[in-house]
Amino acid sequence: MTGLSDTYQLTKRSVKRNFRLPQLLVFSSIQPVIFLLLFNYVFGGAFSGQSSESYINFLLPGILAQTALFGSIQTGVGLAEDLNKGAIDRLRSLPIARYAVLLGRTLADATRNLFVLILMISVGYLLGFRASEGWMSFISALALVLLFAYAFSWVSANLGMLLKDSETVQVAGFLWVFPMVFASSVFVPVETMPGWLQAFANNQPVTQVVNAVRHLTRGGVVDGSDYVWITLAWIAGVIFVFAPLAVYQYRKFNK
Amino acid sequence: MDNNAILAKSVSRKYGSLLALDKVSLSAEKGKVTALLGPNGAGKTTLIKTMTTLLVPDKGEIFVDGIDVLKNPDKVRSHFGLAGQFAAIDEYLTGRESLEMVGRLYDLSIKEAKNRAKEVLEKLGLTSAANRQAKTYSGGMRRRLDLGASLVAYPKVLFLDEPTTGLDPRTRFQLWDIIRDLVKSGTTILLTTQYLDEADALADKIYVIDKGKMIAEGTSEQLKKSLGKDVVEVKLQTNQISKAKNLISGQFKSRVEVDELTRRMRIRTVKGGDDLLKVANILKDARIKPEEIGLHRPTLDDVFLAITDEKAGKK
Ligand SMILES: Nc1ncnc2c1ncn2[C@@H]1O[C@H](COP(=O)(O)OP(=O)(O)OP(=O)(O)O)[C@@H](O)[C@H]1O
Ligand SMILES: [Mg+2]
Repeated sequence: MTGLSDTYQLTKRSVKRNFRLPQLLVFSSIQPVIFLLLFNYVFGGAFSGQSSESYINFLLPGILAQTALFGSIQTGVGLAEDLNKGAIDRLRSLPIARYAVLLGRTLADATRNLFVLILMISVGYLLGFRASEGWMSFISALALVLLFAYAFSWVSANLGMLLKDSETVQVAGFLWVFPMVFASSVFVPVETMPGWLQAFANNQPVTQVVNAVRHLTRGGVVDGSDYVWITLAWIAGVIFVFAPLAVYQYRKFNK
Repeated sequence: MDNNAILAKSVSRKYGSLLALDKVSLSAEKGKVTALLGPNGAGKTTLIKTMTTLLVPDKGEIFVDGIDVLKNPDKVRSHFGLAGQFAAIDEYLTGRESLEMVGRLYDLSIKEAKNRAKEVLEKLGLTSAANRQAKTYSGGMRRRLDLGASLVAYPKVLFLDEPTTGLDPRTRFQLWDIIRDLVKSGTTILLTTQYLDEADALADKIYVIDKGKMIAEGTSEQLKKSLGKDVVEVKLQTNQISKAKNLISGQFKSRVEVDELTRRMRIRTVKGGDDLLKVANILKDARIKPEEIGLHRPTLDDVFLAITDEKAGKK
């Protein structure tokens, strides 16, 4: 299985990049931690009047999804960078499986996401977050967020190859991730939004994954397990569409 | 074809409406160095890309190590090494990590990949920097590492796109030595260059490409013969240029080139030194005093002028 070995090599390559590029580590770990602290202390007070749940218990599942989704923007950024520096041309001239470059990149970004998520959970714990549904559920929640971000890494990979410039990809990434994160149940319950926004917020994947994670970590979500299934369906659907599309784009570079 | 490690037949490629390659053919004999010589935008990189599966041509046939590149791109990739025009190194990997990775991607065993990386680093004089991230490398070191990556798997055929552009003279000569070493060990090399002296120094056969067309081919001896001899270069005062040009043009068959900005005039000679005297005498008789006058080896510009003149029938 040379495809497997190629993928392993290229994953290792991107993992090293992810952990050696200082700005990237700051971006992907310090920034979300600051977000977590800010949101917890800024919104926490306003929130506590409305719910019996402590804000950190409400917030952390949301912010995990947010962090992971922001992390997936980096997949496209990294690919665009490789394209510009000629690394992709070099790799395309080597006898390797065509999907290995993309698979390696997305897996490496998942590795970084795992690292950042664990960091966030640790900080969350210090702020008072406690999971109440048992270890299995907790691990499932973590896996679900990771898979969710992994699926969107493939969307990001497509953007990276389409736009081909790492800064443009970064900006474009924020453009689609910001609305998805804020018009969702990440920071506030959807019921507090105007009706037209609720329609969007209730049906978009970020709300699904956040509700699923709340169900798995804290329970008390109405029809909680439905959210898990819907999230899994989103993950499967996004990968099913965007992974082949990314490989197709990659193969088209020789045109 | 048996004796050719690279064979391109009538390859054409358009970018939009721009014809970047126009029915270009080339063959590179096994175990020899073939140079592709041409100015910026000639189509050198485009041709190398079509030969290394990076770009599909619109028309034509290409064989590398006997394998049809267009029909079997996946198969042919293990038969050649490519160092592209712009060093494509992984900044955040150490030189050793980079080469070991490329070795593994070429399906060398872990042990082989390690040994080979060590060997190549040594050969390229990078041993002392082997464990440093490549982002700390100088331009010349990057070039060498990039070249190293194309050597890791002992390729039979090596494509080098402008391997020495941007290097200082000493590093350039080092690279020439490495290239000569590789050829001694049986590697076939196709390299592109903008420098006539480089093609001259390294290549057994030279192809000259310009504006997507192959305009000449031959050994460096053959080309030089067809290109005439040295060039007389004269630097003049601005107000005397046109007068001098008229006088000299009357006496020489080849075109007289004038660069107004540098106030230099170039005349391709047939007889070298004799022609230098002839030009000097013409100027002396007209009481024109040149600031400088001298005889030079033809440059790439002269090569193109000579060839295009020839094509236009002004021999
Ligand atoms: N991706 C592209 N899209 C459009 N035009 C291109 C593309 N790549 C190259 N060209 C054009 O094709 C022509 C040949 O380019 P090429 O890069 O092959 O030249 P070159 O001989 O390698 O030049 P240089 O010495 O500057 O590297 C040029 O006119 C260039 O502008
Ligand atoms: Mg070029």
